[in-house]
Amino acid sequence: MKLVVLLKQTFDTEAKIVLKDGKIDDSGVTLIINPYDEFAVEEALRIKEKLGQGEVVVVSAGSDRAQEALRQALAMGADRAVLVKTDGLQLDEMVVAEVLAKVLQQMEYDLILAGWRAIDDSSAQVGVRVAEILGLPQINLVTKLEVGEGKITGHREIEGGTEVVEVPLPALVTAQRGLNEPRYPSMKGIMQAKKKELKVINAADLGVNATPKVEIKEIFLPKGKQAGKIFTDEPAVAVAKLVKALREEAKVI
Amino acid sequence: MGKVWVVAEQREGKLKKVTFEMVTLARQIGGEVEGVVIGKDVKGLASELGEYGVGKVYVADHPDLEQYTTAKYTRVLAELINKEKPEVVLIANSAQGRDFAPRTAQRVGAGQVSDITGYEEGVFVRPIYAGKAYTKVGATSHPLIVTVRPNVFSAAEKTGGQAAIEEVAVSFMPEDLKAIVKEVVKQVSGRPELTEADIIVSGGRGMKGPENFKLLEDLADVLGAAVGASRAAVDAGWREHRYQVGQTGKTVSPSLYIAVGISGAIQHLAGMGSSKVIVAINKDPEANIFKVADYGIVGDLFEIVPLLTEEFKKLLKS
Ligand SMILES: Cc1cc2nc3c(=O)[nH]c(=O)nc-3n(C[C@H](O)[C@H](O)[C@H](O)COP(=O)(O)OP(=O)(O)OC[C@H]3O[C@@H](n4cnc5c(N)ncnc54)[C@H](O)[C@@H]3O)c2cc1C
Repeated sequence: MKLVVLLKQTFDTEAKIVLKDGKIDDSGVTLIINPYDEFAVEEALRIKEKLGQGEVVVVSAGSDRAQEALRQALAMGADRAVLVKTDGLQLDEMVVAEVLAKVLQQMEYDLILAGWRAIDDSSAQVGVRVAEILGLPQINLVTKLEVGEGKITGHREIEGGTEVVEVPLPALVTAQRGLNEPRYPSMKGIMQAKKKELKVINAADLGVNATPKVEIKEIFLPKGKQAGKIFTDEPAVAVAKLVKALREEAKVI
Repeated sequence: MGKVWVVAEQREGKLKKVTFEMVTLARQIGGEVEGVVIGKDVKGLASELGEYGVGKVYVADHPDLEQYTTAKYTRVLAELINKEKPEVVLIANSAQGRDFAPRTAQRVGAGQVSDITGYEEGVFVRPIYAGKAYTKVGATSHPLIVTVRPNVFSAAEKTGGQAAIEEVAVSFMPEDLKAIVKEVVKQVSGRPELTEADIIVSGGRGMKGPENFKLLEDLADVLGAAVGASRAAVDAGWREHRYQVGQTGKTVSPSLYIAVGISGAIQHLAGMGSSKVIVAINKDPEANIFKVADYGIVGDLFEIVPLLTEEFKKLLKS
């Protein structure tokens, strides 16, 4: 089975956001694999292990630095990696999806996995847009996946419950937390990763002619919050004061 | 501004609150506010939208639309957009909306702004980096698809009125019917859904064990609240994943969020930072959660929570 995972490198979840010339400054920031994409990598590895055959290819669109994230996925056990360098390109979610789809069209795949969103821009669009461009059925926000003969069944989270959806392969699924617990790369994995193929392509050479449809006009940091009211009286008094404040001041009860 | 569409979200024949919130936003954007209702036996919902001042409602009513699937909704909405050329299409940022919005956007060649929490003169405001920064996003072309975070905009009030109803012819391609919904497992709970709840009571590692969540459930029952959890509580196996609030959990924006025995790690704040009023109960006065809390009590939750439940009971009964 040919498994492809779409992977984005993102800021570490602890990273402090600093603006420089109106843009987000990434200097000195630790970068990680987007946590949802890590679930996707793990799931692909498990499917391959379960079937006892197949290939897991990780594909990322980003800057040169994203090679680190791809190497980490290789160390987890992915077979090879592709980086599409997007430096200098005008991007929005559509353009990124067109770029990724262009690369995927040159590959073989039975199942494409991605995280349901990236924790930096949180747009939750790229995976689904890729599915649309490639004409694949999708199962979004999957917390459990079963691979069958020519089809997959995904349990997906909906409000107030779970939906079990079956689609024919090839297909695209997006991973939600709960799907699995990603493994850590082993020492052996890290050593092997160094020898695995990591192909670098320039997005500009792919002949994508989509242009951004949305534009970020401004980035700003939220206003710092005023210190709240902390009640330190004995419990019964503190509770009475809190409830009173919620009713009379905050008016939320 | 041309037509601004509100794609109604309905479940089991009832319009969801977020639909009315989107009507409020559509009015702020200006232009002609129109509605789209998709489903089976949903004509009644279209006239209901009219009572909220929506001038015209397109109704796609078809037996095959009883059960939602990505492909079917995308087919209907994309064709309608191509025909009627709205300028802005508002869709709820719910599990369902998130699923078909980007697919529809791609099919009609549109940009999408996801999970917006504000609107200012032609631009949409949305959090990035889990609320550590915000962006203002504008369209460089139309149509533009916008998914709207529930609970952020106030729901539109009834204005009276009658919508012109336009029935939409629905037909599917074979590939639209390939996804099969085998089962829908409903959580049987009298409590509201986390992402829709007006009040949320959340517990963390400080709860010490699954059995103690009973304390929070009692409090939630008095308030009609949903019960959430931190990742530590979920990882310990005390609550299911679906109840996790945070960066790798749910993003919520209730009017009141009560964090109990939660330290307020940055990844937790990422999911609940946009709550209107935050209350923290924690025995550690230095806990990070107090930095974002509007109100707090420093103390032992096992003592505070039962008292709180009693106090709310008294208040809400009187
Ligand atoms: C990639 C990544 C993603 C993550 N995603 C999320 C996420 O989505 N959501 C999330 O919540 N976390 C997330 N985390 C984890 C996060 O960093 C914290 O570890 C977690 O939020 C801590 O949970 P907690 O506050 O319940 O536990 P702790 O940090 O252990 O805090 C427990 C608190 O309870 C208080 N307490 C203890 N006993 C009592 C008592 N008797 N009375 C009153 N107070 C008491 C303590 O003072 C303490 O403040 C993520 C981490 C990573 C690395």
